[in-house]
Amino acid sequence: MNLAAQLPVLPIIIPLIAAPLTILLPPRRLKGLLPYVFATLVSWIVFAASAALLHSVATAGPISYHMGDWAPPIGIEYRIDLANALVLTLVSGVAALAFPFSYASIRAEIDDRQLSMFYAMALIAMVGLLGVVITGDAFNVFVFVEISSLSTYALVALGAARDRRALTASFNYLVMGTIGATFFVIGLGLLYQATGTLNMADLKIQLAGESNRMVEAGFAFILVGMGLKAAMFPMHLWMPNAYAHAPSAVAVFLAATSTKVAVYVVIRFIYTVIGADFDFAGAAFNWLIAPLAVAGMMFASIVAIFQDDLKRMLAYSSVGQIGYMLLGVSFGTEQGLSASLVHLFNHGLMKGALFMAAACVVLRLGTQTCAGYAGLARRMPLTAAAFIIAALSLVGVPGTVGFISKWQLLAASFDSGRPWAAFLVVGASLLAVIYMGRVIELMTMREGAGGRTKEAPATMLIPLYILVAANVYFGLNTEMTVDLAERAAVALMGDAR
Amino acid sequence: MDFVTFALERYNYWIFITLMMMGLYIVIARGNLIKKMIGLNVFQTSVFIYYISIGKIDGGTAPIYLPDDLKARTAHAGDHAPSLAGKSEMGAGALRPDESLHDGFDLAGNDLASLTAPAERPDAAAIHAAPAGGANDILAAPALTIDGPGAGADLAHQAADILYSNPLPHVLILTAIVVGIATTAVGLALIVRIREAYGTIEEDELEAADDIAEFGHIPHKPGRAA
Amino acid sequence: MRDEHLILRVVIKLMFAPILLFALYVQFHGDYGAGGGFQAGVIFAVAFILHALVMGLEETRRVLPIGALRMMMVVGFLFYAGTGAATMLLGGNLLGYDAIAPHSTHHEGQHYGILLVEFGVGMAVASTMLMIFYHFAGREPEIRDEDW
Repeated sequence: MNLAAQLPVLPIIIPLIAAPLTILLPPRRLKGLLPYVFATLVSWIVFAASAALLHSVATAGPISYHMGDWAPPIGIEYRIDLANALVLTLVSGVAALAFPFSYASIRAEIDDRQLSMFYAMALIAMVGLLGVVITGDAFNVFVFVEISSLSTYALVALGAARDRRALTASFNYLVMGTIGATFFVIGLGLLYQATGTLNMADLKIQLAGESNRMVEAGFAFILVGMGLKAAMFPMHLWMPNAYAHAPSAVAVFLAATSTKVAVYVVIRFIYTVIGADFDFAGAAFNWLIAPLAVAGMMFASIVAIFQDDLKRMLAYSSVGQIGYMLLGVSFGTEQGLSASLVHLFNHGLMKGALFMAAACVVLRLGTQTCAGYAGLARRMPLTAAAFIIAALSLVGVPGTVGFISKWQLLAASFDSGRPWAAFLVVGASLLAVIYMGRVIELMTMREGAGGRTKEAPATMLIPLYILVAANVYFGLNTEMTVDLAERAAVALMGDAR
Repeated sequence: MDFVTFALERYNYWIFITLMMMGLYIVIARGNLIKKMIGLNVFQTSVFIYYISIGKIDGGTAPIYLPDDLKARTAHAGDHAPSLAGKSEMGAGALRPDESLHDGFDLAGNDLASLTAPAERPDAAAIHAAPAGGANDILAAPALTIDGPGAGADLAHQAADILYSNPLPHVLILTAIVVGIATTAVGLALIVRIREAYGTIEEDELEAADDIAEFGHIPHKPGRAA
Repeated sequence: MRDEHLILRVVIKLMFAPILLFALYVQFHGDYGAGGGFQAGVIFAVAFILHALVMGLEETRRVLPIGALRMMMVVGFLFYAGTGAATMLLGGNLLGYDAIAPHSTHHEGQHYGILLVEFGVGMAVASTMLMIFYHFAGREPEIRDEDW
């Protein structure tokens, strides 16, 4: 076997084979360490493969892998360029941290007997997300979306051991997610009917210069379907409850990856499949995506201010942050797109860190209400410090990744002649100062009930601090993210022409 | 009058849209979770029907090799290279947008003559020239050149007298059906758990129970407080 | 108690083996005609579900315990994922079945590959269907009669 040539499928096939094996590992022997260690090792291997892919794509250009030796457009193609290599690295990187992180948190939150199943489902959820990103075949996207969604519904429902509302949250997510995925399939059907192909690159060729009702309707269905999955305002209603009631470790992984992947699909379909110069896409930018992005930014941030539940607050903040990404996309310029991609990556880092800190608090204090965070700086100083750095990053303080993405977005909005967008971004950031500041104030200024508590175990603190360090590192050293995102944006725009 | 014919000829879309709207309405308007699942199933099924109908060609049979076909296959055993030329040969769906999109599913009479029509693939000009109605033989022709995996690209030319429906949408929707079954199973499992945890599967009662939980009161009987 | 539904019991006992046989026919004929792993798996599971409906779930669990089902799920899944991966080890791409029989002039490998994959699919589908049935049917009835 030629390892280099098979690299593009390794992130899919390794966890796919590992998942059923995980089921066989005994959940209760050795304190459930076997499935945990096995799944963690798999996630590290996948991360190594993704990082190797990113390196290879960054140096040698896009890779095309022909499934079953059938050449595209007939066969399924895995096509990796800079944009998906970047998202791939984010997803597998967060997974490689979330898996080691999960052990203490999950054992406290779900029934021991479910551990093996939990890790198997988590691996499958990861496969689904990676597959969505990696594939170059439009229908394959749907299959992988559903693979990840189905396991995600089950993972969210596992939170029922702690709070029964996880069940209703999961059911709502299932209904909304299925409607979204089915809309996506309708869109694909229309595009297929119009072109006779499902390969993304080939769709682009066939659709070049075409603009008729059928393609427009197909695009609209795809946008709405993926908008639902991405929790794009106003289709975000499933998300706050799902994130708030899911087991904490699940929320970490989902918050950092799943909606970003859906945003990536939106970007991919707009640029690689439809083409941004497509009149209809241009109209969608100005009259649909941009207003909804702005409304989402403002509305979700305001709602976040009034949340009592910290995880719900973070989830609403995510809806707002999705707004930033879509705003960047809606500029229709290389800079806007690159700002979007940068923010997509950076937001994964900060939300991952915030949810990890929240998970530490749930483990030790058993609370996720904002009021429960009072005096946290004295009770759990390490966790509190990590939370504060990540919160500053979310607000966009210089020296963190949040600043880089906001800066890029501001520059892009001025360059594309949309100064109003820049003001709105700053305005939404001020709202973020309010909702994050409220929690930080509680943590540092107020006295909490009870004295100093035991810190979270090292298996949780180390991944948390790695993510926090990434928040700072990529905030100071922008070479990797910004440069790669700019090159990815140029390539995507090149696709679009 | 033209509009009526236009609308009637596309009756498969009407079925699809009606079912889809019914399904969505049930999902939104019904409070019972089981009924919501049923609505979701109706909604998904409408899409299955849509996919199946776009792959269907008038008079076309299921894309399974008939015995005559098998002979043709053995005669051409040597030539199996997966063909790339087939982009426009992939069936009725392959008609270019400018070539009268809506005729991918033509209903103007089941022209049996097309079953024995010559199988030469018409060039684009021929499709262009085809009138919107009664063009079954033209529409049917691209379907004859469908590639079976591992079979020769020219096999279909050999089996000239058999008209196949486009199998690709059917295969795609088979995947979606399996996904739909999995979704239904997960949904029903969730409903069972909800029934056990709350004692009800009516949405308004569930919401009432959650509201009470959120405001700090613990209901004496879960789910029945409303 | 044993005499209840005597006719049903006898009929099911007679039907059981033919249904399984039919499942295998659909499974392996799938290479040449209509059929395949999904359909065969469901038919296979139906035999056991019928058995459970008439003989009681406990009886069926003795025939096919839940541990065995779990094993079948895993093995079935590994069969079809593994066939794809095995072609990688043999030097082809993922799912490149030609690598199974590289010297064949008429793509023998495609046949072997799809046969193995469909076998795995059948096994996984049958065991998953039964698993779902066991779990739904085997839950303690917590709903009181007057609630219905």
